[in-house]
Amino acid sequence: MKRVSLVAAAVVACFAAQSAGAQTLKTVKDRGILSCGVSQGLPGFSAPDDKGNWTGLDVDVCRGIAAAIFDDPSKVKFVPLSAKDRFTALQSGEIDVLSRNTTWTLSRDTSLGVNFAGVSYYDGQGFLVKKALKVNSALELNSASVCVQTGTTNEQNVADYFKGNNMKYEVIAFANADEAIKAYESGRCDVFTSDVSQLYAQRLKLATPADHVVLPEVISKEPLGPLVRHGDDQWFDVVKWTLFAMINAEELGVTQSNVAEMAKSDKPELRRVFGTDGNLGEQLGLTKDWVARIIKATGNYGESFERNVGAGSKLEIARGLNKPWNKGGIMYAPPIR
Amino acid sequence: MAIDARPPPSQFGARLRRALGGRSGWKGLIAQLLFVAVLCWIGYAIVDNARDNLTNQRIASGFGFMSQTAGFGVSQTLIPYAESDSYTRVFLVGLVNTLVVSVIGIFFATLLGFLVALGRLSPNWLIARIAGGYVELIRNLPLLFQILFWYLAVLGALPGPRQSVSVFDSFFLSNRGIVVPRPVGEAGLDGFLVALLIAVIAAIVLPIYARRRLFDTGKPMKVWPWSVGLLIGLPLIAVLIFGRPFGFEIPALKGFNFAGGARIAPEFVALTLALATYTAGFIAEIVRAGILSVHKGQMEAGASLGLSRGATLRLVVIPQAMRVILPPLTNQYLNLTKNSSLAVAIGYPDLFSVFAGTTLSQTGQAIEVIAITMGVYLLISLITSALMSLYSWRINRSMGA
Repeated sequence: MKRVSLVAAAVVACFAAQSAGAQTLKTVKDRGILSCGVSQGLPGFSAPDDKGNWTGLDVDVCRGIAAAIFDDPSKVKFVPLSAKDRFTALQSGEIDVLSRNTTWTLSRDTSLGVNFAGVSYYDGQGFLVKKALKVNSALELNSASVCVQTGTTNEQNVADYFKGNNMKYEVIAFANADEAIKAYESGRCDVFTSDVSQLYAQRLKLATPADHVVLPEVISKEPLGPLVRHGDDQWFDVVKWTLFAMINAEELGVTQSNVAEMAKSDKPELRRVFGTDGNLGEQLGLTKDWVARIIKATGNYGESFERNVGAGSKLEIARGLNKPWNKGGIMYAPPIR
Repeated sequence: MAIDARPPPSQFGARLRRALGGRSGWKGLIAQLLFVAVLCWIGYAIVDNARDNLTNQRIASGFGFMSQTAGFGVSQTLIPYAESDSYTRVFLVGLVNTLVVSVIGIFFATLLGFLVALGRLSPNWLIARIAGGYVELIRNLPLLFQILFWYLAVLGALPGPRQSVSVFDSFFLSNRGIVVPRPVGEAGLDGFLVALLIAVIAAIVLPIYARRRLFDTGKPMKVWPWSVGLLIGLPLIAVLIFGRPFGFEIPALKGFNFAGGARIAPEFVALTLALATYTAGFIAEIVRAGILSVHKGQMEAGASLGLSRGATLRLVVIPQAMRVILPPLTNQYLNLTKNSSLAVAIGYPDLFSVFAGTTLSQTGQAIEVIAITMGVYLLISLITSALMSLYSWRINRSMGA
């Protein structure tokens, strides 16, 4: 299956001349639905719930874009992709935007023909081990077997980390995270390594999550965010500013419940944001009320965070670095003006 | 036959026309040339379009990435590999892993396949039924399922390294694989190797000599006691003269894992087992069909000569059956090699997994990586089928066909 889709994607890449042009927004509008690449099931970021609806932080970015375009957050087709197939799917035009816990790195930015539209989650790589091993630090992992998902920055970071600390290791790389975590659970590996947020998410899938512990070391920077194909600046702007709108909304105190009321405010800043003053939304190729549409659909960034991965979710991840800049975090978006 | 039987040159044009244009002559030839031209044009358009698109999308292209540092680890490598090596090295590591699994898989699949086929044809009711049951079961279950079965259900059920099953405290079986003592060369190694080499050469030359003597003098000679004697005796004498050829590095549990010794990883075992048992099911049917294709009169002729059933099969029936068996057998060998790419499901670092998988996603060079991978699988397939054709040609020649 995977083989077929890869080759097919390569062939599609040969012919997909038109989709690469500067008209993704028009294509999406004409099609009437946004095609969004997500993970194959990572609770909190992108996973189908028991009713089959995709939910999560990454999913909310897609829903926000759909809301900004169609005023309807349900007009998204979610395409689950493995780490190793995700870029080909974007390059070939199979998806319009990839919102799938993808780390922003220089080489990806320059050689894959993609543009990162910002950071939706500041993460770092960590290690999950069984409590029974009585390991307290990643520096005690010499000669351990490490399970990892192939085609990720994690695979290279773990190599750097063990080499840098003069430790030996054996890496077993699996095509998707579920296979890797299964091998870890069966005892094939001593350690499962991934972004810390994913470690918490994957731990929930284990039979007894309480028997496993995330080690304190964070060995890398993993800024995760949505990305689009290179060469379509208008579409790039739409995706970028949808994310920025969610982050700015939190800063301005605009929430899902008070958005209607705030839209009537006569504060100059809010008048610009809600399009009662100026035509910022139309400059993006959207409508004047684009921010109101997004926040009505998904809430602001903070609300999305709490609902999907924070205190209001099973993951209970602390805001940490992902707090707004004026509350001690580094979540910072350029102003809407 | 006289030399001037060669066709006169004037007929050359006509022959060419017939060969290329078929019965419709020049018209057919022109149509074919047009068709080829269109095909070339389409091919050019595809390549040109792809190149334009890649440039427009600013996707790097070309094969320069092959010399970049890979920067990720690979668990099982038969050639030296470090994270600081290039993607070319990764490619070689994957290729070697694929070839090793394929060759070992093909060996065991052939062995098991022949045994099961003979079992299914056996007059013994029980053996025939067991062999038949094996074939039906194996052929009707998907290969991926069988790989995962061996990996997760059988090998995954083994205890962890600290509770591993051990024999003499030097052989260990755990979910990390099979760990055995590793031979390490010592003082007597050179003498030992020379003695072994001489013995092997003698064991090859001896049957040839015996055969010639049989033809010249009519005296048969039992070769195998000599060969065995030489193969065991000579190295033994060398050991007595030069001292111990090698010692053993005994593996020991250290930290998380075994240190020292040689290790066969469970991914390798699971993949080889699954490929061999699966393909054996198909080979068994091919061999059975081949044997049944030989007229039963041959079996009776063998019996009338006083040959045992085994000897008749070995000397009379199977050589004739091979002509029928070989072509489909080649297909099975090719299938096994290609199926080894399912390794990606259990983390065995074969070519498809480390190159068309990890390398592709790290570099994003989909077209180049896929092209190289396709080329390599094609090349492996062509070589396999060429070797099998050679073997088939030799068999046919030796049988005077």
